[in-house]
Amino acid sequence: MLIIKDIHTFYGHIEALKGVTLEISEGEIVTLVGSNGAGKSTTLMSVCGISPPRTGDIHFMGIPIHNLPPHKIASLGICQVPEGRHIFPHLTVAENLDMGAFLRNDKRQVRRDVEYVFELFPVLAKRKKQSGGTLSGGEQQMLAISRAIMAKPKLLLLDEPSLGLSPLVVRQIFNIIFKINEDSRTTIFLVEQNANLALKIAHRGYVMENGKVTIADSAGNLVRNEEVKKAYLGI
Amino acid sequence: MDYFLELFLGGLTRGSIYALIALGYTMVYGIIQLINFAHGEIYMIGAFTALIVISVLMSTGMNPVAVILIAGFVAVIYSCAYGFTLEKIAYKPLRNAPRLSALISAIGMSLFLQNYVLLAQTCDFLPFPNLIPDFECIEPFAHIIGSTDVVILVTTAVVMIILTILIRYTKIGKAMRATSQDRVMASLMGIDVNTVISFTFILGSATAAIGGVLIASHIGMINFYIGFIAGIKAFVAAVLGGIGSLPGAVLGGFVLGWTESFATGYISSDYEDVFAFLFLVLILIFKPSGILGRSEQSKV
Repeated sequence: MLIIKDIHTFYGHIEALKGVTLEISEGEIVTLVGSNGAGKSTTLMSVCGISPPRTGDIHFMGIPIHNLPPHKIASLGICQVPEGRHIFPHLTVAENLDMGAFLRNDKRQVRRDVEYVFELFPVLAKRKKQSGGTLSGGEQQMLAISRAIMAKPKLLLLDEPSLGLSPLVVRQIFNIIFKINEDSRTTIFLVEQNANLALKIAHRGYVMENGKVTIADSAGNLVRNEEVKKAYLGI
Repeated sequence: MDYFLELFLGGLTRGSIYALIALGYTMVYGIIQLINFAHGEIYMIGAFTALIVISVLMSTGMNPVAVILIAGFVAVIYSCAYGFTLEKIAYKPLRNAPRLSALISAIGMSLFLQNYVLLAQTCDFLPFPNLIPDFECIEPFAHIIGSTDVVILVTTAVVMIILTILIRYTKIGKAMRATSQDRVMASLMGIDVNTVISFTFILGSATAAIGGVLIASHIGMINFYIGFIAGIKAFVAAVLGGIGSLPGAVLGGFVLGWTESFATGYISSDYEDVFAFLFLVLILIFKPSGILGRSEQSKV
């Protein structure tokens, strides 16, 4: 579904991605783990077109997307929940959800999907008329994920959904991520520093170091991998 | 009491024009955090375009009301084209540059447009005919308000209602609000940010052109420099109300209009500008985010 082939992405003169190659098939949860500054978020930003790669190819369902602007990539069915959540602070919860469905025209189905995300996160239903900026961190993360669900993406990119949240909320959010994948066969590409958690719900994983993918394996094998254990799982 | 009412309504008229121009400043600032210093020039170009169209059409002996409507329409189209091109030439290439670069580019465009009209037209004041008819129904109030004032007030109100509906309920309006709050996220949601920015410039230019035609009809003459003064005043209005806020721009316009009107009426017309700018200084000292502005709150 998504094929990233040898991409090099730069921030000014700094080469953040030094030839990243990876692949995601339909229906999978694939995780990308690695330490701070390894290039995980940059990989997502390259896929989305916010920081397009200088060289290399990215294909999504056979379409080359490495030269497309972000809104075109979004219209193909890729949606990102960026690190830091990026809720529209002065729009209400309902309006934020509405923005997620910006590209959709099937009003009735959109309304049904709003009900669906309120079922997933009942607290959002209570906060419907509150502006996004007034929500707590956990609620904002729920809203960010809900907003992405509203876009009905074929591929959902999640960047550090556990960052700065209490363990309880993190568990809730990871359960939902798993559920989204189960319910609608949405393909998920999950970037996470908390490798323990990520590998628990993922089918496959990649390990990144210094702008390069160093290990690629099934989630089960990665959990047992001595190197991964030592560096990322803290065992 | 009549004198007070006259000043009050005069201030309201004046304030409406400031509000119309300030809306453009505040919308552009909201979207790309740029003070578009060339915005006043767009207003001036609107007035000049209207004058040219009026001159041509009047010679055909057309009905004056039709003439001013057509002239206003052409002025809006022309100004929109200028506003659109301005953004593409002077600001878009600097989108990711430091903010100061875009600001300098804006000042440059302002000077360029002034001198371009100076060369293409003239440096003298040109008479601008007032084609707005006298309404009989306001005859009893003629000592406090004129027909032109009424037209200005009504037009401003209509423009504001349309703008509010556009921004609150339409798709492009929602896209504008999202873009102004988080540009990267807006593009991730599938919003074409470039289109939104262009649209914002077009919208601002249209309201400025309407303001230009109205005030030119009211005052009765124009030259290449009117955009500069009006632009600065409208900028003050936008900052007064809280830059980035649409209701703020309107409120700021009215407050500024009243300040000037009352200062002129009760103190001296020499002090009109002094009071306008004194107000700006006071606001910047005591409430830098403006009357309705929201102070930037960032959460880590």
